Amino acid sequence: MSDRIIFDNVSKFYGEILGVNRISLNIPPGITTLVGPNGSGKTTLMNLMTGLVQPSSGSITVLGISPGNATEFFRNVGYCTQFDSFPRGLLGWQFVLDSLLLHGMPKSEAYKLTMEALERAQLGDAAGRKIAGYSKGMRQKIRLAQAIAHHPKVLVLDEPLNGLDPVARAESLALFQELGRQGMHVIISSHILDEVDRISDRVVLITGGYLIAEGNIHEVRQEVRDKPMQVLIRCDRPEVLASKMFAVNHCVEARLHEDGKGVFLRTGDIDQFYFMLNGIAAEGLVKIDAVTPADDDANAIYQYLIGTDGGAS
Amino acid sequence: MNWKITTFLGEAPWGLWWIQGRRLTLIELRRNILSWRASWIYFLAFAPTFIIFLHLLIGEHSPSSMAEDTDILAGIVQFYYVRLGIFFGCLGIFSRLIRGEMVERSLHFYLLSPVRREILLLSKFAAGGISALSLFVTAIVADSALMYAGYGSAGRDYFLNGPGIGQLGAYALITVLGCLGYGAVFLLLSMVFRNPAPAAMLFLGWEAINPVLPSLLQKLSVASYLRHLMPISVPGEGIFALLTIETEPVPGWAASIGLTLLIALVLSYACYRIRRLEIRYTTD
Repeated sequence: MSDRIIFDNVSKFYGEILGVNRISLNIPPGITTLVGPNGSGKTTLMNLMTGLVQPSSGSITVLGISPGNATEFFRNVGYCTQFDSFPRGLLGWQFVLDSLLLHGMPKSEAYKLTMEALERAQLGDAAGRKIAGYSKGMRQKIRLAQAIAHHPKVLVLDEPLNGLDPVARAESLALFQELGRQGMHVIISSHILDEVDRISDRVVLITGGYLIAEGNIHEVRQEVRDKPMQVLIRCDRPEVLASKMFAVNHCVEARLHEDGKGVFLRTGDIDQFYFMLNGIAAEGLVKIDAVTPADDDANAIYQYLIGTDGGAS
Repeated sequence: MNWKITTFLGEAPWGLWWIQGRRLTLIELRRNILSWRASWIYFLAFAPTFIIFLHLLIGEHSPSSMAEDTDILAGIVQFYYVRLGIFFGCLGIFSRLIRGEMVERSLHFYLLSPVRREILLLSKFAAGGISALSLFVTAIVADSALMYAGYGSAGRDYFLNGPGIGQLGAYALITVLGCLGYGAVFLLLSMVFRNPAPAAMLFLGWEAINPVLPSLLQKLSVASYLRHLMPISVPGEGIFALLTIETEPVPGWAASIGLTLLIALVLSYACYRIRRLEIRYTTD
């Protein structure tokens, strides 16, 4: 069995409207974030991956299985959709249990997995209440519990942090991270890029139905060489450092950090930049405490490539 | 081709499909049977029962009127249940099975489970069938029992030792085939049309004009098959003539097989449709 999610030249048209166009992807295990503005095709990509919509052309396999083979496919795949609706009249635990019973497993095992999933999703006592009375955050959690209950190898999450409070977000991210570490595929689309970025192994950038870039965040950032990179340098004399660095051609912007103990520098030639910085540090004019890329993240790449603020997607 | 089908049938996980089908059917029954939303269907099923019950309480039951009541019961089945009660009851039950889930935006949960879509569709059809049959067969059994209860021992004798039990068996068969036939049609219509009601009205019209159509097209009507299974034929007069279908006589067994084949054909096409169904709630 393959361990990849493969899109082979996939296009999807809704009548005359483009969903996604000629997407080819080869996604290895780990956490992959889909990034793009509203209507860019993120949900279409996820729906294609899980067979909720079918490609107009091209083919998709997940771990070597086609979505058309539902019996085997959905033993391996869990999908937490964005659709915020549920079958009528169910209690939280019944919803998860019903979906597990459809796998054909014995009731005792289904109960055990239900309780385990509810615990992992941190639903607590709410599991015994009707879903109709849930808050948005609880509905998000019960969907997540249902998606992970059968221990899938691939977990697809469409905006999984929507409606969650900061604590629940942190808990969910920790859970995704743990699942990714276990060797699972975790595919996430989210507009809360700052948070998702921290746990992602790869990003897939799409806009207008077209694939813009994909790969490891740092690799993708390196490929965007025509865009200046921003670096934060924590030091004791940021003004001196800024004036020194700004004297060279490739340094295009300098901005002091709010706390006055650092400076953001933007450069068009990162290799030359680090060479110069080493020289300044060796001279002993400035005591440098830390150097960190300030825009080597999905949000920055998103802004560079797509041209809008990632937070608005 | 034959080899492929044989291999498929031989290797198919029948045990798993049976478990999944049973669980889906139970889930559907739990959610939809005894629901207040279905109260109008209970009314459709039991309205004649209530009237026959009133007739039992206040009507005359002389031995000479038993034949008339037998004709009235046949008329209720022929004109009311087959053409109206079962028709609209099944429209309400079966058109909700898939379309209702799409309206409520919950169908995707089933499509994301490890169940073949055909099993999902057939399980929902089974649940709809069980709901419809438990209502309409119960109603017709109650109608028959109440119709003859007022005649005392003569009624019991007619019902148990005379033609009554055979007639009830025929009515039950008509109800079963009617529910499943209309159910299959409405399940399919609900998958093809966003609002299946106008299509159902056209189908009602099709059923009405069917007798004047060529014999091949007559085979595409549920009511025309059921007509041949009636143990007593009541000629339609006045407005009831519109609900009467006059066709060439066909043996009961042939009509039963014909309608069963029609149901299988409609369900096969519904299975084909659900294989290609896409979840796009915003446009559905």
